[in-house]
Amino acid sequence: MSAIEIPYNVEERPDTGLYNAKLGVWLFLASEVMLFGALFSAYVLLRVGAENWEHGAEILSIPLGTVNTLILILSSVTMVMSWASLKMHNFARYKLFMGMTLLCALVFLVIKGFEYSAKFHHHLFPSTSTYMAIYFTLTGLHGLHVIGGIIVNGYLWGPGAGMWQTEPQRFTNRIEVAGLYWHFVDLVWIFLFPTLYLLPGK
Amino acid sequence: MTEARHHEAHHDDLPFWRRYIFSTDHKVIGIQYGLTSLCFLFFGFCLVMMMRWQLAYPGQPMPWIGKWFGESRMPGGVMAPEFYNQLGAMHGTIMVFLGIVPLAVGAFGNYLVPLQIGAQDMAFPKLNMMSYWVYFCGGVIMLASFFVPAGSAQSGWTSYAPLSVITEPGNTLLRGQTMWLIGMVFLITSSLLGSVNFITTIIQLRAKGLTFMRLPFFVWAQLVTAFLLLLAFPPLEAAGVLQLMDRVAGTSFFLPSGLVVSGKPWVASGGGSALLWQHLFWFLAHPEVYVLILPAMGIVAEVIANNTRKPLWGYNSMVWAVLILGFLSFIVWAHHMFLTGMGTAISSFFQTTTMLISIPSIVILTALILSLWGGSIRFTVPMLFALAFLPMFGIGGLTGLPLGLATSDIQLHDTYYVIGHFHYVVAPGTIFAMFAGIYHWYPKVTGRKLNATLGRIHFWGSLLFINGIFMPMFIQGMAGVSRRLYDGGASYLHAQHVLGLNRMMSVSAWCLALFQIPFVINFFWSLWKGRKTEENPWDATTLEWATPTPPPHGNFATIPTVHRGPYEYSLPGSETHKDFYPQWEPDHVAKARA
Repeated sequence: MSAIEIPYNVEERPDTGLYNAKLGVWLFLASEVMLFGALFSAYVLLRVGAENWEHGAEILSIPLGTVNTLILILSSVTMVMSWASLKMHNFARYKLFMGMTLLCALVFLVIKGFEYSAKFHHHLFPSTSTYMAIYFTLTGLHGLHVIGGIIVNGYLWGPGAGMWQTEPQRFTNRIEVAGLYWHFVDLVWIFLFPTLYLLPGK
Repeated sequence: MTEARHHEAHHDDLPFWRRYIFSTDHKVIGIQYGLTSLCFLFFGFCLVMMMRWQLAYPGQPMPWIGKWFGESRMPGGVMAPEFYNQLGAMHGTIMVFLGIVPLAVGAFGNYLVPLQIGAQDMAFPKLNMMSYWVYFCGGVIMLASFFVPAGSAQSGWTSYAPLSVITEPGNTLLRGQTMWLIGMVFLITSSLLGSVNFITTIIQLRAKGLTFMRLPFFVWAQLVTAFLLLLAFPPLEAAGVLQLMDRVAGTSFFLPSGLVVSGKPWVASGGGSALLWQHLFWFLAHPEVYVLILPAMGIVAEVIANNTRKPLWGYNSMVWAVLILGFLSFIVWAHHMFLTGMGTAISSFFQTTTMLISIPSIVILTALILSLWGGSIRFTVPMLFALAFLPMFGIGGLTGLPLGLATSDIQLHDTYYVIGHFHYVVAPGTIFAMFAGIYHWYPKVTGRKLNATLGRIHFWGSLLFINGIFMPMFIQGMAGVSRRLYDGGASYLHAQHVLGLNRMMSVSAWCLALFQIPFVINFFWSLWKGRKTEENPWDATTLEWATPTPPPHGNFATIPTVHRGPYEYSLPGSETHKDFYPQWEPDHVAKARA
């Protein structure tokens, strides 16, 4: 019996120009767009139907939100740099940039944790109002996606990095795929920040 | 990874639990899906057979088994209303999400798609294994919900808010509705993993020469189905998360202000929208209807082409129709909501799109019927089921038109007419197609044929009694009998003249169960005693018949090259007893053989 070799696992299929995981992650992101799209639609529908709606700036901390936005954008840049480093066969620089990406993600979560505890301290819970409900649900789900990204990137930075020695092309592909996911997580935040923090109430 | 490949290379040497339980082989996973989902289908059928006792003989103790269920569910052997609601909600949920979809996509899709496109396995074998086990966990959670205090979910398979939020509240996870939501999150995750895998496999792993317009129609149906699962399920996941927050964290996404329950104001911040749940739910659940029917159409197309010994009539138009169907299925959802007061302008839009989507459905059905024209039909058991699919799906589809028009829907909404309509689509429609598929591909999976006599008994009995269940529902529905009555309408004056039909439907349901016995016997008996078959017992043309029987790990001895379209039967000039040109035979071999 011959060994099973799934084709186009590493190299691109000529007529589609894609390797399997790249197509797979784009499909996954399409479903993620539908997930967050549905939640944003829920936001719109609830807001339109509401009699009054809180102004985010009066409840949330815009400076902290801005810092977090900048941190996530920075982490996206370092993510690209880590992939580019592998493309240039510089593994040490890859470790550096991937480590910075991880650090940014952790700092984001820590700041988010401070924001959450401040809300709880002021007795603002998901059950307080529809605005608080959607704030905690959307940022909570986004936070879970950040944690998912930390797990994947942490694996690729630490125990999974050994693949660079055995299958460098395949490892570079993995970083590219993880990067696509990470950019998506950042992009969601770029939509969340103005929607929740900046839009005026009514 | 090289180590993993090394392991896969010696699949036969793997320990039992890696070969048959945590296997990454798409065929083993397909069989796992198939057996699990057939068990769930039977279980869901049992739930509704119990409901049918209550509908036919309301308030009478259930003979023999009534006393098994305890005083809370069946006091004195008489079904409690809450238990009736649980059975109804879980029948729908189990049949759709744990029965038909895993059977049509998980089982048939997993087993056949890699074979039909000439691949050795799916693109992501480990993801495939994970998809099955996540589905399995979702199923276990759903079943376990029967045993928590106050029982399983009881707000219907649609879980309409605010009813679903206020039923048995409490911020513990051990509540039927809460477990339903968690179970759904598992099932949605499973189908997400599966659909990513299917689409990648079909696009990336097609064999040399297998262009898109040479794909068997079954593969096209699976491709469109996978896109529907990929894009329609996440909004339900979002809705599930919101409802979970409502139930556990005390939010009010679906609870409007000023809600009064049992005469007391409901304590919540309010300001939510009950309609929001319906929009999010039906945004999934209408494409879901096409998830249920498209793989069935794919199976029927394969069986019909093979047994009429003719190419499918209008293959190209069927492919385009299925693509258009997939697209349109995303913009018809609110035709389930004409009575919610969402306004005439929105209703007009959705009834227009609903009329539009009937066009590609009719194109596919017409093409399948015209494919019969002039064929020398072999009335094998799979062909009988496939032939029955055509009028049964036709009835299901055409009775849907009055429901898609707001004016007539106002009369028919929430009556037994609706139940009759969608059961004609999924029960004698999809389930018959699934049986056609089981009888058709059983020889490939096991190397033995199912017994044809038992198969014919199974078919004719099922056909008779399944119509005995669902045809009277149209009559009751047009008389205005609501679908949600615990006593089947006995306490309503307008239902009195159609009450007798309840007993006919219930007896038909129990007889339908009896006629599944020959199938179960056949299924197991033929594993050991069925007539042995060679690689291609049906003289078929698609690639799954090019493999050894049963296909080994890795499927093909040599990866095939595809030379022609999928249904080249009875070409002019070929002899009648060798009337087919398989996709994998080069021209000179095919010509020499003919």
